[in-house]
Formats: sequence, C-alpha cells, structure tokens
Amino acid sequence: MPAPLLSLRGLTKTYGTVRANRGIDLDVAEGSIHAILGENGAGKSTLMKLIYGVETPDAGEVIWRGHHVALSSPAEARRQGIGMVFQHFSLFETLTVVENISLIVPGSKAELTARIRTLGQEYGLEVEPRAHVHALSVGERQRVEIIRCLMTDPKLLILDEPTSVLPPQSVQRLFQTLTRLRDRGVSILFISHKLEEIRSICDRATILRDGQVTGNIDPREHDAHDLARMMIGRDMPETRPAVAREPGELRLELAGLDHQPDDPFAQSLSGINLQLRAGEILGIAGVSGNGQGELSRLISGETTDPAASDQIRMMGQPVGHLNAAARRKLGFAFVPEERLGRGAVPEMSLADNTLLTAHRQGLVRRGMINRLREAAFTARCIADYDVRTPGPQAEAGALSGGNLQKFIVGREIMLAPRLLFVSQPTWGVDIGAASAIRRRLVDLRNDGVAVLIISEEIEELFEICDRIQVIREGRLSAALQVSQTRVEDIGRYMIGAEERAGV
Amino acid sequence: MSVLSAYRLVRRSSASRKVAVLAPLGALVATIVLNLCLYLAMGKDAGAVFHAMLVEPLVSWSSFSEVLLKMTPLLLIAQGLAIGFRANVVNIGAEGQFILGAIFAASIPVWFPQATGGWIWPLMLLLGGIGGALWAVVPAFWRVRLNASEILVTLMMSLIATQLLAYLLVGPWKDPMGFNFPQSVMFQMDATLPLLIPGTRVNVALVLALVVTLAAWVYMQRSFQGYQLVVGGLAPQASAYAGFAESRAVWLSLLIGGFAAGLAGAAEVAGPLGQLQRSVASGYGYAAIIVAYLGGLNPIGILFSSLLIAILYIGGDNAMVSAELPVAAVRVFQGSLLVCYLAAITLVRYRLVRVKSEVRA
Amino acid sequence: MNALTFVLAGMLAAAMPFLLAALGELLAERSGVMNLGIEGMMAVGAVIAFLSVHHFGTHTLGFLLAGLAGAALSLVFAWLALTLRANQVAAGLAIGILGQGLSALFGKSYESRTVAGLPKLSIPSLSEIPVVGGLFSQDAVVWLGLLATLTIWAALRFTKLGLVIRAVGENPSAARSLGYPVIAIRYSCVMFGGLMAGFAGAYAATVYTPLWADGMIAGRGWIALALVVFATWMTGRVFFGAVLFGAVSLAQLAAQAGGVNLNSQLLASLPYIVTILVLGVISSNRRLLKVNGVASLGKTYIP
Repeated sequence: MPAPLLSLRGLTKTYGTVRANRGIDLDVAEGSIHAILGENGAGKSTLMKLIYGVETPDAGEVIWRGHHVALSSPAEARRQGIGMVFQHFSLFETLTVVENISLIVPGSKAELTARIRTLGQEYGLEVEPRAHVHALSVGERQRVEIIRCLMTDPKLLILDEPTSVLPPQSVQRLFQTLTRLRDRGVSILFISHKLEEIRSICDRATILRDGQVTGNIDPREHDAHDLARMMIGRDMPETRPAVAREPGELRLELAGLDHQPDDPFAQSLSGINLQLRAGEILGIAGVSGNGQGELSRLISGETTDPAASDQIRMMGQPVGHLNAAARRKLGFAFVPEERLGRGAVPEMSLADNTLLTAHRQGLVRRGMINRLREAAFTARCIADYDVRTPGPQAEAGALSGGNLQKFIVGREIMLAPRLLFVSQPTWGVDIGAASAIRRRLVDLRNDGVAVLIISEEIEELFEICDRIQVIREGRLSAALQVSQTRVEDIGRYMIGAEERAGV
Repeated sequence: MSVLSAYRLVRRSSASRKVAVLAPLGALVATIVLNLCLYLAMGKDAGAVFHAMLVEPLVSWSSFSEVLLKMTPLLLIAQGLAIGFRANVVNIGAEGQFILGAIFAASIPVWFPQATGGWIWPLMLLLGGIGGALWAVVPAFWRVRLNASEILVTLMMSLIATQLLAYLLVGPWKDPMGFNFPQSVMFQMDATLPLLIPGTRVNVALVLALVVTLAAWVYMQRSFQGYQLVVGGLAPQASAYAGFAESRAVWLSLLIGGFAAGLAGAAEVAGPLGQLQRSVASGYGYAAIIVAYLGGLNPIGILFSSLLIAILYIGGDNAMVSAELPVAAVRVFQGSLLVCYLAAITLVRYRLVRVKSEVRA
Repeated sequence: MNALTFVLAGMLAAAMPFLLAALGELLAERSGVMNLGIEGMMAVGAVIAFLSVHHFGTHTLGFLLAGLAGAALSLVFAWLALTLRANQVAAGLAIGILGQGLSALFGKSYESRTVAGLPKLSIPSLSEIPVVGGLFSQDAVVWLGLLATLTIWAALRFTKLGLVIRAVGENPSAARSLGYPVIAIRYSCVMFGGLMAGFAGAYAATVYTPLWADGMIAGRGWIALALVVFATWMTGRVFFGAVLFGAVSLAQLAAQAGGVNLNSQLLASLPYIVTILVLGVISSNRRLLKVNGVASLGKTYIP
C-alpha cells in the first residue's frame, strides 16, 4: 500500500474546558474521497480547522506526503497543497467573485477572470467572475468557494458539510464534480452527518464521537444502521408516526404577502400564500438564502409592515403592523434559528432569559420582576426539557448549542401557545435531543396547536409535517401533502424545475 | 509584546464577581503609580502630590465636605448616563444637557429677581431637569427617526450648548451691574438650595443624588423596564425577538440621562455658584462618563466611583496650590484611570491562560 | 480681497485638520475599528508639534513627533480594544479624555505663544489667475495632504492591501479563515489613524493657527469622525466633505470680517449645526449606509 497523502497521529485540541479533539489518528490515501462522519459537536469542524491551519493543535503530529509538517496558518496549508471549502462560506459579500478569489490567489484580474471561466467549464462550476457575491445564490457561492480552492492547485480538498446548502439535484452535480476531481488525483476530505451521501460517494470513512475516532471503515460495506450506531453509540431513535387528525380553525394566514426588505442584500418576498390550521404541522422547505430569514421575521413580528397589516393574520386578526410582543399576546410563540443573541441573551442567566418571552406568565407584577417565580419557571423548564446546565443562574452563552436549543424550545412551549413557529428546530442538536424535540412538536400538534416549521433538512420535514410548502427566490409554492409527495418532488420545487415545467 | 503573546484570553463561563470588585481597585493602584511617575518626570515631589491629591481631601471635615459637594453633580449625571450606556445608547453630551439645566434653572432668578417663596428652588430644579431632557430630544429624534449616531449628535449638541451659554452671558442675561463680566445676576436667597450641613457648602442636592441612586438601583435591578433596556443593550436582536421597542429604549435612555444631567446643572447654579457663569461648564458632563464606566455602570458602583473622582478634583486643587501641579493633571489622571480600568475589567469576563508549549512538527 | 477669493484661497488649508484626521479614521473604520479618540490624538499631536517647532524651529520634526505621539496614543487604544477586547466606544472615549488632558498639561506654560507658520508654495501662472488663483498657492502640507488623499483612494480601490482591509472590515472571521492576521491588520490601520490624527493636530497648531491655546482642536476631531459617516466610507467624499467644512469655517470668518450682522456664537456653532443636519440626512438613507458601510464596524472581534 502506498504511503498515505496525509496522516494524523494523536491530534488533540482543547478549548477552555472542552476537549474538542482527543488523540485523533487519520490516514487519507492519494486519490480518494474520505468521509469524516460524526454528529454535531463530535469534533469534525475542529479537526478540519487543525488540518487547514486555522487552529493549531495542543498535541499530536501531522505527516503530509511523508514529511512532518507544522500547519501554522491557512496560508501555509495552501502552500503545502491543502484547500478548504467552509460550511459558512468565507466569502465577502461586498466584493466581486474575482476580488474574493484574488485574496488568496496571485495574478492579475484579467488572468484570474479567464481561469475562473475555464475551471468553471471544466468542472461544471460556472459562475460570473465579475458579479458581486451578495447577488449570488447559496449554490453559486459554494461554486465560488470550490473554484477558489481549485485555483490554489490543491492535492487535498476539504469540504465541510457541502450538501447542507444544496437541493437534492445539485447534490448530484456536486458529486460529479468531486468524482472528476478525484479521478485527476485530488484527494477529498468530505465532512458530513448524512449517512446515505457518504455511502454513495466515499471510498473510506472515519467516524468521530465526542472528539475521538470510533471507527475507520469502508462505508459501502456497511448499512446506514451500522454507521449510525458507530456515530451515536447506540441505535437510531425510533420515530413515532403521527396520528391522523382533522385540522381545526385557521391560526395563521398569509394572503398575497409582498415585502421589500430595508436591507439591500436581503431577499424580497412576493405573493406569499400560506394557511395553517390548529392541529397540523406545516413545513417550509428550501435552500437557505431564498427568503426564509425575511419570511420568519415577518411572521414573528421582528419586522413589522403596516402596509401589509391585513396580509398577515393570526388567530383571525390582522397583525402585520403589530410587533413581536403584541403577536405573542394573541398566543403566538417562536423559536428563532439563531439561539445566541436572538433567542437568548448570551451574557444573561437562564433565569433572566426566561423573562424574555415568559414575562407574561406572572413573572412580572406592577412592572417589577418576581425573582422567585422567575427561578421556579426556569427550574421547571430545565427539568422538563432535559437542559444540561449547572442551574438557572448559568449564563446562556455557556451552554452548548443543543442544550440552549432545548431551553428555548422548552420556554416557548411552556407559554402554551396556540400557534408555534420553529425555525431550524434541530440545527446543531445531537440526534437524541433532535428526536426528543421532534416528538414534542408532534405532541403539540396532536394537542391541537398549529405548528409552523422552517427547515433545510427535508428528511426532518417529511418525518413530522402534514404538509410542506417550498420557498424559492422569495416565492412560496402551493402546499404539498406529505403523504402524497416524494422527496424528489420537493427537490424539483427547490431548484425551480416545477416552474419551468409550467406547473 | 512577547510577554503578552505567551498568554491567551479564555472566556469564563460566567463573569467573575470577585474580579469585578478587585479590577477597579487594581486599576486605581496602577493609575496612581503611572501618574506619580509622570509627576516625578515633571520634576515634582511625588510624595507631596500624592498626599495633596489623595490624602488631604479626606483628613479634614471642611475639605471632605467639598468632596461631597463635587460628588453630587457627578453622581447625578453618571446615574443617568449609566442607564443609557447599559441600553447601548451612548450619550456623551451630558455636558450640554448639564448646561441647559443650568440655563433653564437660572431663568427664574434672571427674569424674576424679586420673587420670593420656598417653591422657587424646587421649581428651578424641575426646570433644570426639563431643560436637560429637552436638549436630549434632538439626539433621540435623530437616532430613532433618522438613524443617526447619538454619539456624534449628543457631542455636537454639547458644543452648541457652550456657545448658547456664552451668548446669554455676554448678551441678554449679562448682569448690568457686573462690571461687564460674562455672568448673570447673583440669585436671590430663595433661588438657592438650602444647605444640608451647617458650616459647609453641602446642600440638599446631595440627598437628591442619593435618592436618584437608590431609584436607579431599583429600576435597573428589579423593574421589567430596566431589564428591557439591558436586553436592548446586550443583544438588540433578542430585544426585537421579544418585542421590546427599540425606539422606546432610546427615548427613555436619552430623556433620563438628559433629565439627570439637567438636574445636576440646576443644582450647580442654585448651589455652590449662586449665579449663571461660564465656569458652570467645567467638564462634569465628561467626567461623569468616566464615573459611569468606572462604577461598572452599576448604581452602587457609581456611588463609589463618583466619590473617588470627586476626591481627585479636590485633591487636584490642593496639589495645584501646594505642589504647583497644573489642573490638567487631574484630567490626565481621570483619562488614565479609565484606560487602566478598561484593561482590568477584561479579566472579569476572561481568564488569562498561559499558552502551552509549541506543537511538535 | 473679496469674500469668495478669501474662501477659495484658504479653504484647503482650513480643510487640512479635518481631512488628515478623517482619512486616518477612514482606514481604521474600513478595517472595522471605530476610534472615538481622534479629538484627543489631535490634541496631543498639536501640543507635541507646537513644542517641537517652538524649541527646534523645524516643522518636519514637529510633524514627525506629532505623528508618532498620535500613533502611540492609538496604540493604547488598539491594545484595549483589540488585544483586551474592551468596548471600542469606551476605549475611544478614554483615549480622547487622556489625550486632551495630556495636551493641556504639556501646553500649560505655552499658552498664547506663537510660532512661525509655513510658506506657501505656488504653482506658477495658475496661481496668478484672478479669484481662483489662491487655490494654487498652498503650503507644503496641503500639497502632501492632497497626495495622501489620492494615494489612499487608489490603495483602497486598486491594491491587494486595500482589498484585504475591506475584507477584514466586512467579515473578520472569514478573513482569518483565509489566513489573514486580522488583529495585526487592525492594529496597523488604527495606528495609521493615530499617525494621521497627530499630523492633523500638528497642522492645526503650527500651520493653520500657529498659536497655542488650550482646547484649540475645538471639536474638529469629532467633526472628522462625522465626516467619515457623511462620506459613507468613501475617500473622495471624505475629501469633499473636509473641503466643505473648511469653506464653512472660513465663510464664518469672512462674514465676521465683512461686518455681517450675525452673532459670533451662532457663527461658531454653525459647523456643529451643519454636522447634525447632514448626519440626519445621510443616516436616514439606511440602504446607502448598508451598501457602503463596514459590516463589522465597532464590534469586538474574538478570534
């Protein structure tokens, strides 16, 4: 067997008290697609940052093409022939594509422009070099990132969760690009938590759990259940099928909603129609950046639009002009996708964070805060929703993403809403907690609450929703009954193929 | 740099209360050492300066009473400013609001020099507060409706207030019998604040400042409105998410800050000055910014920091006489104290961790 | 000399303190750091330059030392705001107060003293044109200031360095993940800002009004800060804004000399009033600020 392209021995990285990577060993062969598989928080991203030189390890060694190396900076990693495509892209919105690329690739603008075009054609990564990045879709931005890496002529390309921002059809196109790259001698480190993807494209998989390697296998020889067990240390939690139920009264209605945001880089919305009744779960699918953020702010009341007062109705009342607090008075509750700084104040204790939305639950009297009730409410939320924390006085910013999400979901459910809106319910949450959150949402539906979910994980939507609508370029598709729809159908809406077909 | 680069800041899981108390003290010690070095370099007797600045104000009752007198406006203004700072409304124009308070309060004795009655000084204080708040209306409106930075607008309003004061004192409000000095008539007896402690110049404004301190503490620690302001300051997006109106927070912060500064201005002209004169604009509004930060934006902390800065003022006057130290030395001391404090409080949220040995290649 | 000729001849010189300080702050803000301490850095630059010119009689040394002093003060700011992650607003205010205090302290015994200014260097023939000719007769610093404006404009627009600074200002974490030393770049930009503020103070105290008076910067540092906002972070607009303010302050002098019957306090307030009004007009255009603005401005960056 030839010497591996990259070998890691005993790589360790600690952040404060968190041991993100513990003694990682890894061998990446030349010309292979190698998966790093693990749950959220397993230490995948940290490992990639160590390989790309963004972070330096506390201990361990890196052997690159037979030699010990110290990857002290991304520039050094690039010089050695390692490129990386980040999950949250490292692109600059106010710069053009070619300017972004010139930040790490030497050469005149004219030369770079020409090379961007050639590479784009060669690998199916077409993008306009002179366009500003803020005008590009998420898929196009990913292409820019990949081209930028390819232009540094890497031997190893790292991709961090590359499919999480793509519709199913584009995933196929990305895989073709990756296979072509491998055939030309570029090795690829492919980070993912999606088992089927890894089985379909990767030659080798290393599995991480709690910062340690728990398996090193050929993914094609194992089924998804095996992989899952290695990944989470036990069997996948069972999902509970939803009880069929007759929908009740209309709780949320968007009728022909148009919106032009203040932010010139944001997506404008047009002709949004949506109806959500008591006792059902409606999901909104779509590739990120197609107007989800703007839509959720309009529904939550963080953006108010007096002109659209009548286009947004909650519990039968026009609410477009009302702010978030006024909508909550009608029985609305909301879990935003950003937990720190939006759903919770990082510097405040959990107790003070309950006050954010639960103040109407008798925690405030005559304008004064009742600390005892505040503490009791918080303690109940922590106990009922399995929030792992030292106690109500812990700062929200000190909690892990998953625990904070459990806290916020718990807080909002404890408000006993008639209409609950959850954006990205399980982002960054481990599998056990994610399935617990999904079960809670289904329970609420069965109790007659109207539940609206925005998610980029189609599988999640299929698991719990009654109906799904797809958002694309600020427009919302008609509702599709989940029981009569296939994932591929949703995928077609996500890339706009349905419209072109005239449906 | 090499010493520093061997260490790294690691965020604590929650702010350290112990360090929060120790940091200002450490900063004070560092500032004293730095400034004494400066005085030595200037050829002064550092021991004498130290004694005059920090010891003398405390040893005699008469000079300590002057400290209390100086502390009053600082305490009043800083309590108002701190509420705004916690809401991330950075009002640095308290000086102007203070001047407007002084002008509004002076309008009564200037226009009605013969009026008598116990209602005059309370009315002057009220007018002063209103004047200060009115001066804060422009920056509030500019920020809420026009999205303009309150930092720049409040500062510009202060510079304009100084000119307005000068205009009144050389023009319509100049004392006709005042030998052409730029100052108003001396206020009549009923237009000055009752003294609190006989034999000193300490007046009822000190009690007012203490009451304001208590009110500020209750407001920020216990009231839901105070909580909403703090949320808006720490995480504006969380504030919008909860539905707390940002515009209300801006208005409240600026009006409270302006009112408190105006009150202090009124108390200054109706108290130790007894007339409207140019020296009313002596920088309390700027010093109060330091007081507010130094007190950790906490009402109780501000009580102590205002006392400290007041000691420095009186001590600076002493040092000017006994050690011929320029008054500007006090401003240098204040500025360096804030620098040291900002450096020290980093340790409230972060721990200093020694970076481990380099990785083997 | 009529008022127009007077304003045209002097406005570039009057603009210099605003221009130099604002250009420095422009670069600092482009990298994502807001330094509110300009007034203090200018005050320190002013006093250092005045003292050097007074004792050694050379402007070159005076400007050099003033620039170093401004940069040294901005280094303290950068240490607080960038290394120790202090609130940028508070750190800027601290530096401002400290700088003004130091200025008053050092200048104490020079109150009302004067030094010689700088001679005008004229462009032959152009400077003899009636009315506008005065524009072409300026001191060396004005010519250098114009050159600096052009250089900064070109650097931000066309060079890799400018691109990197803009990238750091827009998204520091992305810049770091590409391998750029964000903190070091910000340090450099902030210190460039201090250097320019020092120059601006030196110009005010030893060329424009070569007479020492405590508090002589008189809010010009704050107006420079406002100028950067007016200009929506664009170099060319900073230049025109500075010239506009130079012209306004000269028009005020011309009006007084010409016996226009407006009271002097109102005239002295004019630049501040104009600042407030323009700030309102520009800031209310949220889209413009968003498109041209610096996304990470004023936010503490934690690597």
